[in-house]
Amino acid sequence: MKDITTMTALDLGRAIKQKEISVAEAVKAQFDIMKLRDPSYQCYITMMEEEAYTQAEEIQRRIDAGELFNSTLAGVPMAVKDNICTRGIKTTCASKILYNFVPTYDATVIEKLKQAGAIIIGKTNMDEFAMGSTTETSFLGATKNPWNTECVPGGSSGGSAAAVAAEEAFYALGSDTGGSIRQPAGYCGVTGIKPTYGTVSRYGLIAYASSLDQIGTIGRNISDCTAALEVISGHDLKDSTSVNQLNYSYREALVDDVKQLRIGIPTDYLGKGLDEEVREGILNAAQIFRNKGAIVEEFEMHGVDFAVPSYYVIACAEASSNLSRFDGVKYGYRTENYEGLQDVYKNSRSEGFGNEVKRRMMIGAFVLSSGYYDAFYNKALKVRAIINEGFQRAFEKYDIILGPTAPVTAPGLGESLSDPLKMYLSDIYTVSVNLAGLPAVSLPCGRDKKGLPIGLQLIGKHFGEKDIIRAAYSFEQAVKYERPISLTETNKETKHISSDITKGKGE
Amino acid sequence: MKITEDTIQYVAALAKLSVTEGEKKKIAKDLEDILDYMEIMNQLDTEGVEPMSHVLPVKNIFREDVVINENNREELLKNAPKQKDGSFAVPKTVE
Amino acid sequence: MKAYETVIGLEVHVELATKSKIFCSCTTLFGGDPNTHCCPVCTGMPGTLPVLNKQVVEYAIAAGLALNCSITRRCKFDRKNYFYPDLPKAYQISQLYLPICRDGGIEIETSAGKKTVRIHEIHMEEDAGKLIHDPWEDCTLVDYNRCGVPLIEIVSEPDMRSAEEVVAYLEKLRLILQYLGVSDCKMQEGSLRADINLSVREVGAIELGTRTEMKNMNSFKAIARAIEGERKRQIELLEYGKCVVQETRRWDDNKDTSFAMRSKEDAQDYRYFPEPDLLPIEISDEWLETIRSRQPELRDDKMLRYEKEFDIPSYDASIITGSKHLADLFEETVAICKKPKEVSNWLMVETMRLLKEQEMEAEDINFSPDHLAKLIEMVDQNKINRTVAKEVFEKIFKENIDPEEYVDKHGLGMVSDDGLLRSTIEKVIADNPQSVTDYKGGKSKAMGFLVGQTMKEMKGKADPGMVNQIVKELLDK
Ligand SMILES: [Mg+2]
Ligand SMILES: [Zn+2]
Repeated sequence: MKDITTMTALDLGRAIKQKEISVAEAVKAQFDIMKLRDPSYQCYITMMEEEAYTQAEEIQRRIDAGELFNSTLAGVPMAVKDNICTRGIKTTCASKILYNFVPTYDATVIEKLKQAGAIIIGKTNMDEFAMGSTTETSFLGATKNPWNTECVPGGSSGGSAAAVAAEEAFYALGSDTGGSIRQPAGYCGVTGIKPTYGTVSRYGLIAYASSLDQIGTIGRNISDCTAALEVISGHDLKDSTSVNQLNYSYREALVDDVKQLRIGIPTDYLGKGLDEEVREGILNAAQIFRNKGAIVEEFEMHGVDFAVPSYYVIACAEASSNLSRFDGVKYGYRTENYEGLQDVYKNSRSEGFGNEVKRRMMIGAFVLSSGYYDAFYNKALKVRAIINEGFQRAFEKYDIILGPTAPVTAPGLGESLSDPLKMYLSDIYTVSVNLAGLPAVSLPCGRDKKGLPIGLQLIGKHFGEKDIIRAAYSFEQAVKYERPISLTETNKETKHISSDITKGKGE
Repeated sequence: MKITEDTIQYVAALAKLSVTEGEKKKIAKDLEDILDYMEIMNQLDTEGVEPMSHVLPVKNIFREDVVINENNREELLKNAPKQKDGSFAVPKTVE
Repeated sequence: MKAYETVIGLEVHVELATKSKIFCSCTTLFGGDPNTHCCPVCTGMPGTLPVLNKQVVEYAIAAGLALNCSITRRCKFDRKNYFYPDLPKAYQISQLYLPICRDGGIEIETSAGKKTVRIHEIHMEEDAGKLIHDPWEDCTLVDYNRCGVPLIEIVSEPDMRSAEEVVAYLEKLRLILQYLGVSDCKMQEGSLRADINLSVREVGAIELGTRTEMKNMNSFKAIARAIEGERKRQIELLEYGKCVVQETRRWDDNKDTSFAMRSKEDAQDYRYFPEPDLLPIEISDEWLETIRSRQPELRDDKMLRYEKEFDIPSYDASIITGSKHLADLFEETVAICKKPKEVSNWLMVETMRLLKEQEMEAEDINFSPDHLAKLIEMVDQNKINRTVAKEVFEKIFKENIDPEEYVDKHGLGMVSDDGLLRSTIEKVIADNPQSVTDYKGGKSKAMGFLVGQTMKEMKGKADPGMVNQIVKELLDK
């Protein structure tokens, strides 16, 4: 049999169109690999095998009927982060409080994917309610990094990034509130794009921090990410913050040409706290751009140190409000241990949420409470304005800002959880992008001595997706995509890590 | 900034979470560290800066006053932990 | 006892007359089986998002203009966070920092004269659901049908000093909003409800006393009684040297007393912050002018116009315009029959009598203007006489019958058949020789008696003019 799962999403899409591979064949190949590898990596919370075959039949019929000829990804198996609502399919946010929640509606992105003939094969693991940078806060247990199962895949979209890296999906949706697509993409050696705030509808994305959340795509190259982004982006009347743009044809930007492209590297992005090998990787990447004719220079951008505190104040404040609706009344987990209404609230929430989520809700309640609003929340909004201003000024001089995705490569499992503040600080390069609502992509740019991938981040101006896509595509032409070495091994041995992920699947 | 166990109690009550006496100390310490760190924002002069809730200058997004939705009670109640007579059921609320 | 002054401010919640809810496309119709007017958005399902109904903003602006407010040209929504089962998202989308209208006021008139009640602000927000206690299982059932119905909350300054002023303020407010078409203001359906903030202080004191809040009062009578009761309670506390506690109280109209509502354990800290799911509203000059130009004629103007245009007494004009519904009925009827004075008479005399008799409000009148217009025509054309007309009107009022059909069916048409009238009158004269003698002797009253007897004989249907004429003719013969 052909080695289907190592293909890119677009190549598979093309092969399906040309009837070289049937949709059912692709689905079968994908599930074979998933069954083989997921016990090692635990990327999935829910696998949708039955649904996938049903979808495959339907999509094949539509393709055969001559429909979907413009859908480059029709029939291609893909995964969805488990904080995006899927009608009739459990959507848990990797939390006990939603362990049994089955939405009766599809997120707008899911409707769009279905229209475009995507085959949704499962819901991926994540940090609980997207709060975390390691996918370890999941109620269902941690996902492992396919490059090294002793390491975290990053987070919060760790399941999606690991699934794409491990060839357990051709591409995947993630959500990015403070780096949750880019950072795991960086740790797992794949490409992830977070579009400009307002580009992809948030309707049906279970909110973490509404003013920062944005759905994006993860793929094994920028072309797949871009094709998928084209499917899910677009104006949506159901999301007031969705912005109506003239043009969503991002694939036009898949061009190998960065001549005269102005790229700025903030000096502070290369400063203290940055791992030396990561720094080298980034500077190498900058050189590749220079070699291809781009103008690359370092510049001073202020306020970098203030991004993390501003981000966490705003994100926790919004989260504390967004997550209040999980109260044991309408859906999800209700404690068995209650007498009155207050018990239902307190016990359902205390038993249903994990520690990191509780911590952020308490921080959020604190920074909004009377007496602290101005000093924390309002201050953070002002800092946000200054950070945005700094970017706007930088984009007068540069088309793209280049830097690392994260200060280090993937840490070991369990290393980050003990010190929350340290974990928050590792988001230093990603959160300001969300504060300013900018588009950014993370793509692999080599590996460190431990063999772990290094993530390169390219940040664009508002609605400047095409700039970063073009740069990423050009960069890819110079750097070959690397598969995790372990993949060939896991094909042989499957039982070295016991899987209890299925136990968590709420019935 | 000092975060007392009383503050933790107050914040937990607002967030409708229960914290045991044993947990309070640790949570207070964590929150104190995090909030102390957040206070570095005070080093940045924000005098006269307009707080930014939305990054993009979009405004006036409306829908027309049209009724589209139909009764869909069965679906709405599908996930309810407890329901009765077409309603969500909770323990008696006392006034 | 010292002399006390009562200080009252109101927060009035008004349900707007939109067809759909404020943030989703569900109906706002009153009633309905529990949870049948709901969708994922208004039941706070995870991942759903609000989209603002434009009509809500326009109604709020219209109300603000009519209440002499300044309109906040750039306003936005905020979240008010608290847990309660009637609030599915655990926050209410409301306005705190930049309410849509501010600094208005209206003039009220009471026995004490005219005064202005200032309006602090008007903000837009969503209504909450309804909790029903289930006696069988000792649990509470949650119905989200009202959840997301658009409200404006009109917050007055503490400018009122008596129940009379409060009622005058509320009545004026209700009329203005009804005239605007912004709300039906049906108190029994909860589309107008008032929270009363009340404190007392010694006459002459400058500082305000500690206030209490009584929530969701929904009848004028209950409001008046609650104010009286709470005023007395607070004065009594102070007289005994005790303190008024700032708290929310619930007025129990049956027990004629109020009760403290929430326990103190629940600190109220609503943690308001700007709603990130909704964008700012910017009200341009053009938009404001369009709304201003669409403002309908309000009560005071209408009253003056009625006096001038229709030449009806100012008292009548004030009664008729005292209800938007009555004024609409008046104008529609006049438009058909072109007899404003007649229409006004029917409304002022018979309609008012029947309303009182049936214990109804003007809002409950349910007959169509064409039926009243037709009745007036029939009288005018001598098809029925006034006695019959009153009887027919009662039927119109109660059952909205078509007067023409009704008169036909019951043979109530006026008899003007000369032969029939003559023979009847001859018989009456023959039966009453004494009256004839009296008449001949100069007692002209006697003729009235004979006319009356004739009408009686004709069961009221005779043309009174003709009867008069024939009786006189036969007597004078
Ligand atoms: Mg209110
Ligand atoms: Zn609804």
